[in-house]
Amino acid sequence: MSGTDEDRADALFQALSDRTRRDILRRVLAGEQSVTALADKYDMSFAAVQKHVAVLERAGLLTKRRQGREQLASGDVQAVRSVASMLEEFESVWRGRIARIDALLADDPPQPPHPHRSEEH
Amino acid sequence: MPVVAVARDLDARTLTITARFDAPVERVWQLYADPRQLERVWGPPTHPATFVEHDLRPGGRTTYYMTSPEGERYAGWWEITAVDEPRSFTFDDGFADEDFNPMAAMPVSHNVYTFEPDAGGTVATFRSTFDSAEGLQTVLDMGVEEGATQAINQIDGLLAADAAA
Repeated sequence: MSGTDEDRADALFQALSDRTRRDILRRVLAGEQSVTALADKYDMSFAAVQKHVAVLERAGLLTKRRQGREQLASGDVQAVRSVASMLEEFESVWRGRIARIDALLADDPPQPPHPHRSEEH
Repeated sequence: MPVVAVARDLDARTLTITARFDAPVERVWQLYADPRQLERVWGPPTHPATFVEHDLRPGGRTTYYMTSPEGERYAGWWEITAVDEPRSFTFDDGFADEDFNPMAAMPVSHNVYTFEPDAGGTVATFRSTFDSAEGLQTVLDMGVEEGATQAINQIDGLLAADAAA
């Protein structure tokens, strides 16, 4: 994986590390929304919402287009997928590891149900 | 299948896997305390692990390496930060140079493993958290991938799980 890809991965996670931005992303993945309409949904200034939208845009999670005086934002499904795929890959590592643990434990000779030290004489 | 649950937390870069093993907690603990057993499960068959030092006690240090099919060695270290034998232990896992000196510029993952008794068996929970996406990617690039990365069709699931959090 190239440095550029890694930078991109970091930008993705950075963008998703904020609750408001995740919420914005959910909305724009569901359908195109004007930034004004988005701003109405949050108890923060239009400028603050616009800033969150810009972070998502820089990370490639969201695209914007202009229509008259409105800025319309929509989510990029592919980009969201790439974040998910990294964790999925790590999960497959763990699934393999757990299967090996299970196999190793199954190799054990049968144990008495209540192992105890031999009685003193 | 021993894996009973998987939780992926995108924004926290955390993976939590829960598995049930048909062995008592003490037996599972023993697997983690014994480097000879641990190395049999840690690395995938293509990248077997060798544990050089291993001390499952608070402040204990572990050094290990994995060998790629080309013979290249990837070294790592653990620092055990908390131990509650046989129920849980917490450790940082990072990359090392060939002399096992931690590589400061390389990512470190934070891990909590817990083992709970469950009807004669053990429910194990493995939680790994990465400081950055780059860290997670580096770990994946170190040759520990198993199997092909599958197509993802779970965006909605992930986002929904996140919303419920």
